[in-house]
Amino acid sequence: MTTGVNTKMRELTCSQAINEAIRQEMRRDPTVIIMGEDIAGAAGRAHLGLVDAWGGSLRVTRGLITEFGPERVIDTPISEMGFVGAAIGAAMTGLRPIVEIMFVDLIGCCYDQIMNQAAKMHYMMGGQINLPIIIRIPYGTHGKCLSYGGGAAAQHSQTLYSVLAHIPGLKVVVPSTAYNAKGLTIAAIRDNGPVVMMEHKFLGFAGKGTVPEDSYTVPIGRAEVVRNGKDVTLCGIGRMTHVCIEAAEQLAINGVSAEVVDVMTLAPLDESTILQSVMKTRRLVVVDEDTPTASMARDIAARIADTGFDWLDAPVKIVTAPDTPVPFAGVLEGNYTPQPAKVVAVVRGLLG
Amino acid sequence: MDSEARKSLSRDKLLWVYCHMTLIREFEERLKWLVETGVPTGPVHLYIGEEAVAVGVCAALDPTDWIASTHRGHGHCIAKGVDVRRMMAELYGKATGTNRGKGGSMHITDVSKGMLGVNPIVGIGVTHAVGAALSAKVRRSGQVAAAFFGDGAASTGAVHEAMNLAAIWLLPVVFVCENNLYAQATPVEYAVSAKSIADRATAYDMPGIRVDGQDVFAVWEAADAAVRRARSGQGPTLIECKTYRYYGHHQGDNPLRYRTAEEEETARARDCIERFRAQVLREKLLDASDLEAIDDRNRALLEEAVKFAESSPLPAPEELYTNVYVSERG
Repeated sequence: MTTGVNTKMRELTCSQAINEAIRQEMRRDPTVIIMGEDIAGAAGRAHLGLVDAWGGSLRVTRGLITEFGPERVIDTPISEMGFVGAAIGAAMTGLRPIVEIMFVDLIGCCYDQIMNQAAKMHYMMGGQINLPIIIRIPYGTHGKCLSYGGGAAAQHSQTLYSVLAHIPGLKVVVPSTAYNAKGLTIAAIRDNGPVVMMEHKFLGFAGKGTVPEDSYTVPIGRAEVVRNGKDVTLCGIGRMTHVCIEAAEQLAINGVSAEVVDVMTLAPLDESTILQSVMKTRRLVVVDEDTPTASMARDIAARIADTGFDWLDAPVKIVTAPDTPVPFAGVLEGNYTPQPAKVVAVVRGLLG
Repeated sequence: MDSEARKSLSRDKLLWVYCHMTLIREFEERLKWLVETGVPTGPVHLYIGEEAVAVGVCAALDPTDWIASTHRGHGHCIAKGVDVRRMMAELYGKATGTNRGKGGSMHITDVSKGMLGVNPIVGIGVTHAVGAALSAKVRRSGQVAAAFFGDGAASTGAVHEAMNLAAIWLLPVVFVCENNLYAQATPVEYAVSAKSIADRATAYDMPGIRVDGQDVFAVWEAADAAVRRARSGQGPTLIECKTYRYYGHHQGDNPLRYRTAEEEETARARDCIERFRAQVLREKLLDASDLEAIDDRNRALLEEAVKFAESSPLPAPEELYTNVYVSERG
């Protein structure tokens, strides 16, 4: 998967890995800029020694302003429609902007820029422009079944990537590990078209993994088998890949061998890797943190039910959030978010 | 701009101004006729009556500068130098069109001429011009971007966000509000709370200027000052041009449902092209024969444009599937 390998490996969180990817690309290419709300913080307060106060909602961008200065690391006012539009205009005229939207729940404030403008421009302008813009968006629930308190509720915990993957022209990637987060970030920055990268809030700090120091890309548009098995394919997206792995480990105790496919790119979807796995295991469960109606889970299930019909020994199943807003209380949110136990129960049902 | 200032303008530039105002008029009148005779161009929004705004602003820009446009964008395209043959071919949905037949009237774009796109999502193009200005600033290229928008767009959040961004980042951008008094059928005095849209510039700490949009010299003069200011790093300017569209919101709309015939007559009596023609002849800046030669050339060019459009090939069927994604970087 790599285009350049350095033997020097470190343990990094997803946020640190993405930070390193952005830093390396900004060093390599002076046209790469990054903008968003509080991506540095305390803008204009350098004279008070207060620069780099924040580093974005997941602290992914911390330290970038110190190295690249405020001209390339641009704090924006709360103007999603305005600054995503500015990034599009800049991408049309010679820059490669990275835009951070604080949480996916805020795409309503700039959805036109994403779905009517960035996604369609290359096509509707007859291919005359490139639009090298990457839109980074944190998403997801806490999902830890706390006994009291909870997460960020209905307007700060959504997944929503299906409404982005739905738009022709947008590439949508969802990293799941520090390794693929770095590689996908670099691939997205180098892509000449618009790429949305969804970063799970609770992988940002938690998802520690081994990452090469050298620059490398993980190709957009490719899924990966991350655990081999023969009885069932568990297909995960983002943090749900870890839920699948946990479920596979529990199933293994009882002698069930589950293969896990990490989807990684929602659009364009690597249907063939999923199908190859299903041809081997003959069963498929798609695990998705999004709500099920018009979702990626249903889309993947429908595609495999069609192209994989002759190989399937059981109906394709999905494990998703319910069709409800995200609740606040920990006990409710825990039931909202797909858990490994639910995946295990669904697999047991399939195997009879 | 007074008569002394007009005397200092070069003859070539005056010819350019007349040529482009009349080329827009000729293009739009021809298009109107084509639509009426059944050519399936899709929805078109005619610019007739507002020519002095596009031409006055573009007279102040360099070829390497950028503009972002509105849904009523043909005039902006022509003023920025987009080839009318390829524009007409685009309206015919032909492979030789500016957008290879994949955009139509509401998406005409020619980045090679600095024309970043006609854009029918009202107000959005303004944010793209601000982005182009940001690009110019980061790359230290010295380019300027002009953002055209209407009185309707003046009420959108996108325009206000864009103005604030341009002001705090001191970007080289000129905001050009074409106040033609109607957002479709909604009168500006109903929809806009301020007495003048230009007054809103105060809120963003930038100059706001109101000019007669039927006077190309007035528009040009204001744009020239704004472009100089932008290019020298002093930030954005808002210019409100009071103008009038002679026809409906789109081809086929009957504007007499929401405005009076008397109002239309009064506006037409202040026609920007007639006014320019009278002025340059009276002040002996150009000869009648110069203007006639341009009229003849424009007519011939439009004849040619229609022939080019009609005789051009349709897009190949597989074009449906191309350019969805941008190819990877090498």
